[in-house]
Amino acid sequence: MSAAARAAELGVSHVLLEQSAAHANTIQRYQKGKHVMAEPNVLPLRSPLPFAAGVREHILEEWGAGLDRLGVNLRCQSEVTRIEGERGDFKLTLKSGESLRAEHVIFSIGVQGNPRRLGVPGDDLPCVQYTLDDPDDYQGETIVVVGAGDAAIENATALARQNRVFIVNRAEEFARVKDGNLSLVLKAIEDETLGCFYKSSCVAITATTGAEAPYLLTLATPEGDTAVPCHRIIARIGAVPPRKFVESCGIRFPSSDAAALPELSAQYESNVPGLYVIGALGGYPLIKQAMNQGYEVVSHIQGEAVEPADEPLLADKLSKLPGMLSVTETLQRMQQRIPLFADVNPLMFRELILGSAVHCPHEGDVVFRRNDYTNSFYTVLDGSVQIEFGEDGDSRRITLAAGQFFGEGSLLSGRRRSATVYAGAGCVLIESPRRDIVKLMSSVDSVRSVIDRLFIVRAIQSGFAPNTPFEMLEPIADRARLNRYKRDEALFKEGEPGDRLHLVRSGSVAVSRNFGGREVTLSYVAAGNYVGEMGLLGRTLRSATVRAAVPTETVSLDADTFAELMAHNPTLRSEIESVMRKRIVSNAQAQSSDAGGDLISFLMRQGLGEATDVLLIDESLCIGCDNCEQACAATHGGTSRLDRAAGPTFAHVHVPTSCRHCENPHCMKDCPPDAIRRAPNGEVYIQDNCIGCGNCERNCPYGVIHMASTPPPQPSLWASLLFGSEAPPVESTGQGKAPKKAVKCDMCKDQSGGPACVRACPTGAALRVSPAEFVEFVSAGAAER
Amino acid sequence: MHQSILDFERRRYLKIALALCGVSLVAYLWHDPRSPPNGGTWLGYTLGGLGAALILWLTALGVRKRSYTSTLGSLQGWVSAHVYLGLALLLVASLHAGFQFGWNIHTLCYVLMVVVIASGLLGIVLYQRLPQQLSQNRAQQTSDQMLTELQELDERTRRVAANASPDEVLAIEANIAGTRIGGSTVAILSAQDRSTVRLPDGPAEAEANPGQARILEWLSARLSASDDAGRTRTLTDLVSLIGARRALLRRLQQDARLRGWLSIWLYVHVPVTFGLLGSLIAHVVSVFLYW
Repeated sequence: MSAAARAAELGVSHVLLEQSAAHANTIQRYQKGKHVMAEPNVLPLRSPLPFAAGVREHILEEWGAGLDRLGVNLRCQSEVTRIEGERGDFKLTLKSGESLRAEHVIFSIGVQGNPRRLGVPGDDLPCVQYTLDDPDDYQGETIVVVGAGDAAIENATALARQNRVFIVNRAEEFARVKDGNLSLVLKAIEDETLGCFYKSSCVAITATTGAEAPYLLTLATPEGDTAVPCHRIIARIGAVPPRKFVESCGIRFPSSDAAALPELSAQYESNVPGLYVIGALGGYPLIKQAMNQGYEVVSHIQGEAVEPADEPLLADKLSKLPGMLSVTETLQRMQQRIPLFADVNPLMFRELILGSAVHCPHEGDVVFRRNDYTNSFYTVLDGSVQIEFGEDGDSRRITLAAGQFFGEGSLLSGRRRSATVYAGAGCVLIESPRRDIVKLMSSVDSVRSVIDRLFIVRAIQSGFAPNTPFEMLEPIADRARLNRYKRDEALFKEGEPGDRLHLVRSGSVAVSRNFGGREVTLSYVAAGNYVGEMGLLGRTLRSATVRAAVPTETVSLDADTFAELMAHNPTLRSEIESVMRKRIVSNAQAQSSDAGGDLISFLMRQGLGEATDVLLIDESLCIGCDNCEQACAATHGGTSRLDRAAGPTFAHVHVPTSCRHCENPHCMKDCPPDAIRRAPNGEVYIQDNCIGCGNCERNCPYGVIHMASTPPPQPSLWASLLFGSEAPPVESTGQGKAPKKAVKCDMCKDQSGGPACVRACPTGAALRVSPAEFVEFVSAGAAER
Repeated sequence: MHQSILDFERRRYLKIALALCGVSLVAYLWHDPRSPPNGGTWLGYTLGGLGAALILWLTALGVRKRSYTSTLGSLQGWVSAHVYLGLALLLVASLHAGFQFGWNIHTLCYVLMVVVIASGLLGIVLYQRLPQQLSQNRAQQTSDQMLTELQELDERTRRVAANASPDEVLAIEANIAGTRIGGSTVAILSAQDRSTVRLPDGPAEAEANPGQARILEWLSARLSASDDAGRTRTLTDLVSLIGARRALLRRLQQDARLRGWLSIWLYVHVPVTFGLLGSLIAHVVSVFLYW
């Protein structure tokens, strides 16, 4: 839209082809009344169309008015099925068979895809729909939901409250849905609140004049054809992602990774000259960015030298650097000096720097300290840094020169910094946030392999061979293997021959042994540590089973490789032996405490292996007064982030629904405005620039995040005591005007005194424990009982 | 790692309270006034002032509990101190009065204080013993989840009953409609089941149905009289469903009972405290007015 508006403004011949019935399809499909935000706030808007944060309807209206005003040539219901030709002479074929010719083509089709149609006669009747805005809109109807995915189940069960609902499943089970939805739908079918046609598909839809219902859906079932009278058919059979279509036009993707984005030049041009890609498909999911790009790409095509919107921001950021080069030249120089970024396309690099910070520390300044909780990534542009491993008496320093990078350890494993870094002379550093580097790693293979490899070498160096020079470790590191384990998958089992040692790179593992047929958990090992050393030091059979407690990555070394390492480092063997001795003793102790092992097992099953700090409630002390929840709400603007009662219990230890501040936070994975951060003391918190998209809520496997709007302020204790003051009623969900943002526990990082829930518990039932203290916690409990 | 309020910081406040009691007792025994010991001697005034200060501070727990941003000690520490110093108050106030009681405002004040302390003592005992039972009874469900389970169980029972005769359908509906969990204060605290059921072939007034006994009796009678295999199966299913319902109701009633006990003592402890504060003011004012 923005590109077409700019073209209209410049008086250039253009056409805006929209496959759906109206402009801005993605925003049209947002739910009614949704508050749309305009992140990133620092970026200025450049488009002939207006855009500011507001309600969906208002924004759509303004856009519609803008398109009319500028006389944009908008054609709806015009899906493009093929593009052929070259710059200056493209031929676009539409679904209707019609074809158009154009000199340049701009793709701004997003990544949402198109809903798959039913593809049967009658699927254009008004009773067929592909989305469901509000299940409460329909009452007393017979509705058929076609599909067996999460969306279909959620829609069907919601509608079943007030309608008679059938679900049509092509297969004989619901295979690819979330656990919660699977039990929900199976239960609904068992309780007969929902009817299900398994191994069935739609054949035809006809309108009838029947008394029961206005339409008839014919299904092919294992028992033959069945006719279902109905009022409505909702098809949730997935979306066709646009990748195939984009590739069919000649645009290349760098890898088959689902997250990969097409290769683009700095002017958004793809590998096919004349074909441009902007917006979400190019890797810019935020609306404002996409609108800016629309403006820029058309201006560029028209030969106008347009400064990108982020130019002044970048100029400001790079002003610290000496020299008077332009932004583009500086960025080019940077890519040349830093081999890691040499293969990154200039647009991506630009975006990376936009999100990064440039530092010029003095010699001797501390960049970060060992055990800090930061996780950003640093590249050395100029000068050098010194990395100090080990504790005070035992420290060594190594120097990194310009062009090298550091800080990748914490980025990948989520653990604390393993070394202290000091700036050298003339040091210039680029600090990039974790999320941007992770995105870069998934898009650019070379970046990923370089970082991965260096991580392995450094991990081996700091873990085992601190005095061995880098060069000698590289061939050893090349023989190391990177392994990925799903939750509960075994790294190795008791009794198997042991030939590898695993350094846990991210996640954590549980060590258990078989006693009389039962697997008893003895301990757990977190990222940054290793397991399996006993198998390498002469004992040939594994003495315990090690399973991943959460999705885990390890770097493993086989016996020969490890022997080579030990040959270079004479003290290594005795260090490992001493660790091994300690573990044998503590495992034996854990073994004698049966209940302790069970409790650790329970805690691991709740995913606490990846927590850094978890709230545990002793139910033998908890009186259920909910003061913890009230304290949380009172210190956080009225919304409690803690649900005390919900959650599992084992042996009087209750794990309430409350954020665990995971090592590798699942919520951080896909936050478009990058609002979720980690504070220096480890607390994971959500900043104010949250846009309320709900990705974090969906990604969190523990259900600790929910969307809430700020409730009105509560009256003080005295006001309510003396005057009976009450808070004004909160508007019911869905109708409220205030936007909903994600809320979760932030460990009261801004409060003095620490977590309010613990401080407000009158009986001492609430306690925050970090996993390192689990063993102590469990044995203290076992001693009491 | 979890400490109860009695064990807090290795019973720090127990030691402080015992020290306070010890000092007061020693002073009282050593002190030999001309008149019988009473609140008007110098020791009497000292103990009285101490007692009044203690009462005010003990009441302040209500404010501290709701000051969620306060870092003045932890709430658990305050509660631990509240318990032990509250018990010590009994001795301090008794020594202050010199054990002189009569039908007057001063003794009223004392009596109200004793009621508050006694209810507090009850509270401690309840807090030590009940949470464990509550947790075990809950068996990993919240009370809302138990109620949802009851609803689902009732739905299933209705569907099964639909296969039986209309009389059974009516009886099941009446059983569900007559279910009572809790009720009056006495009913809650004693976990008495006041459920009733109005059977289709029974008297016009509803009959008592504690623990689903009456409906079970009725169903079993019809089950033994049944000679149709299908009907027998249906009735057997109904009997076992009602059995499950009985167990669930028992848990719900027990849950309500435990929660009732955990809160009822506060309904005495707090209001009487305000009565105590009022009579305390009256006591102090009248003492100095009639100096």
